[in-house]
Amino acid sequence: MRIIWIIAAAWSLAFGPPAFAQSPPVPVQAPPPTQDGSDDDQLVVDVTGGRRAALPIAIPFMPSPQAADTPAGNTQALGRQVAEIVSSDLRDSGLFTPIGPSGLQAVSFPQVTAPDFPYFSTTGAQNLVQGFVQANANGSLTVGCYLYDVAAQTELTRQGYVVQPRDWRRAAHRCADTIFSRLTGEGAYFDTRIVYVSETGPARRRIKRLAIMDYDGANHRFLTNGQWTVLTPRFAPNQQTITFMTYQDERPRVMLYEIDSGQTRPLVAGAHMTFAPRYSPDSRSIIFSMAVNGNTDIYRIPVGGGTPQRLTSAPGIETGGSYSPDGSKIVFESDRGGSQQLYVMNADGSDQRRISFGGGGYATPVWSPRGDLIAFTRTGSFRIGVMAPNGSGERILTSGVYAEGPSWAPNGRAIMFTRGASAGQLWYVDVASGATRQVRTPLGGSDPAWSPLRD
Amino acid sequence: MKSATSLVAIAVALSLTAGCARRNRELPPEPVSSDQPDGSETGVDDGGIAGAAVPGSRADFIQSVPSDRILFELDSYSIDDEDRRTLDAQAAWLARNANVRVTIEGHADERGTREYNLALGDRRANAARDYLQSRGVAPMRMQVISWGKERPQVPESNESAWAQNRRAVTVVPE
Repeated sequence: MRIIWIIAAAWSLAFGPPAFAQSPPVPVQAPPPTQDGSDDDQLVVDVTGGRRAALPIAIPFMPSPQAADTPAGNTQALGRQVAEIVSSDLRDSGLFTPIGPSGLQAVSFPQVTAPDFPYFSTTGAQNLVQGFVQANANGSLTVGCYLYDVAAQTELTRQGYVVQPRDWRRAAHRCADTIFSRLTGEGAYFDTRIVYVSETGPARRRIKRLAIMDYDGANHRFLTNGQWTVLTPRFAPNQQTITFMTYQDERPRVMLYEIDSGQTRPLVAGAHMTFAPRYSPDSRSIIFSMAVNGNTDIYRIPVGGGTPQRLTSAPGIETGGSYSPDGSKIVFESDRGGSQQLYVMNADGSDQRRISFGGGGYATPVWSPRGDLIAFTRTGSFRIGVMAPNGSGERILTSGVYAEGPSWAPNGRAIMFTRGASAGQLWYVDVASGATRQVRTPLGGSDPAWSPLRD
Repeated sequence: MKSATSLVAIAVALSLTAGCARRNRELPPEPVSSDQPDGSETGVDDGGIAGAAVPGSRADFIQSVPSDRILFELDSYSIDDEDRRTLDAQAAWLARNANVRVTIEGHADERGTREYNLALGDRRANAARDYLQSRGVAPMRMQVISWGKERPQVPESNESAWAQNRRAVTVVPE
């Protein structure tokens, strides 16, 4: 499961495919591109302010130096699928309007590094993604990924990914990540996974199974069989474990699931209900809530187990703790003031300060991976919103149907959440624009948790 | 006397075996999850014929008390006079059936977030347990479990449904 990044200099040494024997394209002679509906000020994607029109980007099918069958399929078929995934990822971001792959002129293997710029300028594309899929003698695949500026007729970046055939989709997501980051200046997020609770059956006897899938819904699999209700899974930042709550043996408590081995074990000893777990940024400890005789407080425990350290002690419900990305602070919810509101404290529990003051209430705070925002559920109306860590600049992102439980994309520009109270679906919202879309799952879904960018 | 003891032992062994089989994690997934809150599903009518219930059974309990559950106001876990009458009757039945252990389930309606509702359900179950304890029921006979909003009694989104879902249910084993 390794992806090897290859910079341009090392590329030809390591692999030397014919594409790199080509001279770079001569960046003159071609007439100035004639763009359809040219919009000259749209050279940089604006991801923070008001949304301008999405950036048109051409993504033709990716050729192979030589068609070859692999366990993942023929390289020519893979070249079409990789281009489709790159196109789909960029479209889903809301910041791009992909052109192709269908309907575009075919690209030959030598053309991968020598694009037909005059042709692509007629498509209205400002940028162009080309690439190839090659089967290597040792059974691995090499996926090349090139980004061009059509008008300037220049190469902006290139990356190569060597993957095992079963990981071919990851190479496509990594290509899309490279393009997204290069053109927006934002962090990548397509090569990620989602762990969530798959739901089916009537509300009174809802069957809830832990499930994991790629960010785009591919490679879906169940991690538990539905015998016991499971809730609120979360990825360890190091992606070695998932913590979640289960009713296994009718003892509601936090468990730890080892992703590689599939083993599970309880996090905390004792008979009290434990829930609402979240990892520290260094993956070494977990904060969770424990209900003792009707009083719920937040505790911290090493991932390997041990004695929980109590962080809150107010006579109320303290839950939903989430670390700041530097690990120095924890945001949590408490009803100590009468309604559910958000508070920030130091990681050792000291200096607890209320940061939200709106009516109705606030719950499920989650600190952004960038540290700049805290996402929350506004109770009462059940909408997803964000605010600065000092409580200023509150902004509601969703409207209408019941929404709950935000989880940040690793680049901090999108949020996944649950829509629906007793029968949920997964939804996605772009933080800058507020654009939402449903995330498709085989059954119902709730409690999504976004993984960090994969290694 | 000896034979009665061994009969009880056999019955206990059988029920333990049945419990083990039902919870065997080697089995394929069952069509419904096996962690059903028993009380919520069987509700008030357990099919027992009036007067015929086995003393100490769930059916006997249901027949003998005004209700197996108390209901709460929105976001509240306080117990009112009607709840006290219900719990007094439950405590009296438990005094008559001193070997019965119960589970008290706390539930919330859907108008709270998932984790908060787990804590709220725990508060409600503990409120019922604390009152029963004050009426003489030994704490070791009572186990509490919170289901939050995961097991609504009435899976609808209206005031009447929410009122029935905000509950603490005293569950006697079948």
